[in-house]
Amino acid sequence: MARLKQKNDAPQVLEARLLPTLLETLSRHGYDVIGPTVRDGAIVLDHIQSPEQLPAGWTDEQTAGHYRLKSREDRAFFGYAVGPDSWKKYLHPAELMLWSAQKQNGDFRILNNAGEPGRPFALFGVRACDLAAIAKQDRVMMGDQYRNPPYASRRENAFIVAVQCTKSAETCFCASLQTGPRAAGGFDLCLTEMTDARGHCFVVRTGSKRGVELLSELDTTAATDEQQRLEADLVEAAARSQKRAVQTEGLKKFLEDNFDHEGWQKLAARCLTCGNCTMVCPTCFCTTVEDSSNLAGTHAERWRRWDSCFTLSFSYIHGGSIRSSTHARYRQWLTHKFSTWIDQFGSLGCVGCGRCITWCPVGIDVTESIRTLREGNSHGNP
Amino acid sequence: METLERIIAEHPFFADLEPAYTALLTGCASNVRFSPGTYIFREGQEANHFYLLRSGKIALETLTGRSSPITVETLEEGDVLGWSWLVPPYVCNFHARALQETRAIALDGKCLRGKCEQNHDLGYEFLKRFAQIMVRRLHATRFQLLDVYAAR
Amino acid sequence: MAAIDTISPAQDPRLPEPYVVKRVDQDTPDTFSLTLHPEGSVKPIPFRPGQFSMLWVFGVGELPISISGDASEPNKLVYTVRSVGKATHALVSRGAGDQVGVRGPFGVGWPMETARGRDVVIVAGGIGLAPLRPVIYEVLGNREQYGRLVILYGARSPRDVIYRKELSAWARQRETQVLTTVDYGGLSWHGHVGVVTTLFRYARLHPSRSIAMICGPEIMMRFVTRELETLGLNRDDIYVSMERNMKCGEGFCGHCQYGAHFICKDGPVFPYQKIRPLLDKYEL
Repeated sequence: MARLKQKNDAPQVLEARLLPTLLETLSRHGYDVIGPTVRDGAIVLDHIQSPEQLPAGWTDEQTAGHYRLKSREDRAFFGYAVGPDSWKKYLHPAELMLWSAQKQNGDFRILNNAGEPGRPFALFGVRACDLAAIAKQDRVMMGDQYRNPPYASRRENAFIVAVQCTKSAETCFCASLQTGPRAAGGFDLCLTEMTDARGHCFVVRTGSKRGVELLSELDTTAATDEQQRLEADLVEAAARSQKRAVQTEGLKKFLEDNFDHEGWQKLAARCLTCGNCTMVCPTCFCTTVEDSSNLAGTHAERWRRWDSCFTLSFSYIHGGSIRSSTHARYRQWLTHKFSTWIDQFGSLGCVGCGRCITWCPVGIDVTESIRTLREGNSHGNP
Repeated sequence: METLERIIAEHPFFADLEPAYTALLTGCASNVRFSPGTYIFREGQEANHFYLLRSGKIALETLTGRSSPITVETLEEGDVLGWSWLVPPYVCNFHARALQETRAIALDGKCLRGKCEQNHDLGYEFLKRFAQIMVRRLHATRFQLLDVYAAR
Repeated sequence: MAAIDTISPAQDPRLPEPYVVKRVDQDTPDTFSLTLHPEGSVKPIPFRPGQFSMLWVFGVGELPISISGDASEPNKLVYTVRSVGKATHALVSRGAGDQVGVRGPFGVGWPMETARGRDVVIVAGGIGLAPLRPVIYEVLGNREQYGRLVILYGARSPRDVIYRKELSAWARQRETQVLTTVDYGGLSWHGHVGVVTTLFRYARLHPSRSIAMICGPEIMMRFVTRELETLGLNRDDIYVSMERNMKCGEGFCGHCQYGAHFICKDGPVFPYQKIRPLLDKYEL
């Protein structure tokens, strides 16, 4: 008990060689561990069965429209920024059967057989921006008038192991949105990786009773003052190294007042409306439903799939699409993130992860877009 | 004549008109009545009158060339019928047909044009009132042209 | 406050409940009213005037459709559907005895609580009369609780006028004025001809004690709201019903966003004052 209390209060140090034990412990507790791994030339998220799957020794090079993996000089497990996947892939799946129906003698019967998650997830390696994104999706899916059961069933029992970034990508701008790189909360355990001549270890903080209990099963030592200082310095350095930023002050009002800003058309001139930004965005939650049936007309299914406000069909009503031009769709996306999301859910819809910048095939940079709009001729902006 | 003057003064189109002008108008006015189905004027005909409708209902019709005439507007009590008398070439653009027993005050346009030429104040007063109605009907016509209930 | 005009689905809002088509009435050449009854153990769902359901046809798909029936008879759901596409065509092609899946009711309805004791002015265009018919039933069924009822209805042509018999019946009720107009008339039409806004000059209404409820194509509602403001109605006393492509009904799918509003849960009925700045934004 004394040991437990001590861990609750003070950060611990876990040697890097014991990281596999942490993974094993999570598995032993019944969690389906999801974490980063290298596949198809990128660091993606997948089920992690063994520590060898983690991208040790890898890092990434990201700029607008550009992503490359490179090897590191060390064996750091988390020496890279976020990849194309975000945790919504598991909490808010891209494809989900909501129900199926059977028809017999002209009558149908709905089977409440939505794809249910198996074991609870342990999300392993959640960066601060993604913690913020999960909190935003929590608000959308579980904190409003209705509750979204498929999300809630995946989210509520999920164990979160956060990782504080000690390296920012060139596309990161979480510091300007105060969503990172420091992980302020929303985790069960939070790791900060330290690797230098003195060794390779993690400073581990706990954020929940579950986290405290799990950590107590591992062999750790109390973090020294120096280790804690180093932890803070590393995260602070990652923040300082960020070159991109969004000036949020007055931005909501600016976007409200500049619906007809001539800049929208110029910005969208390069946009291919491919929707990549919405697919990689960790907060984008829009979906569509598709109904299908077998040829005999006896079996029907409803599938929910991620949708994007960049498609024409997204705003289609009888007579045509509301947002038929590219700039209207780009404006909808950007305005939702930085203005109307605040009206709807009380915070920004962007967490500064930079994925939309990296994965845009033509390298449209949201931070630059906002700056260009605000610097251009505008209404309501001095 | 006194009742005619009062009817003109009380018609919404001439609300708050100076009494002197009302008296002037009365000189060009006459009481008329149309039974259902009667044509008050026809497209292409010389436009010499306009009407202050007191009761009943008038349809403005036009031929589409394909089927029976279509009605583009109906006018009722309180409305004004006809403004072609005001602008050259003084020719009617629609058929006006009484749908019901209709009572109206007919005003002689030729007579009024002369009076307006002599008295520009009266002319201006007149144009202001007609301009309002024309703008309102232009807006309504545009709205109508949008065909907002059509299946698309 | 809005909660008064909202009833949430009793069951899991994602799962359609089986209903049976009791009758199909043809209103116009392309518009039909379907009367649905709950099937077997399905409990009737109460609804508020102005709310909508998601109607599902097995193997075809699902559509948001306003409830056009009487809210005091919740065991009978009536929907008026215009056949304009594949799904609406499938829906109106249902026959008596066929099944239809129903989810809902969803959304915020007309402000009936606020309308108590006041004159109710209804302005409808085309099939926009359907979501307002429950209001008319509510007012006529509780006559002493409301002031005058003024119904201004515009349709494209005489054959596109829906609820024709009911319009005549409503016109005979006390303290009720019904004016119907068509954009284009023919020889056999003896009613008004002209857009719906031309009816205002024949309407007997008192702007200060009126509450107006409007439903129709967006352009029509813009014209009508302007006209009502000119007449002296307070913006707070004007309500409009908006349409976007609702898919889930619960504010999750994101499709029906209109500025910051989710039409499916914050609407479809909105105070005009609230959405006035959005109405003239192109491609919002």
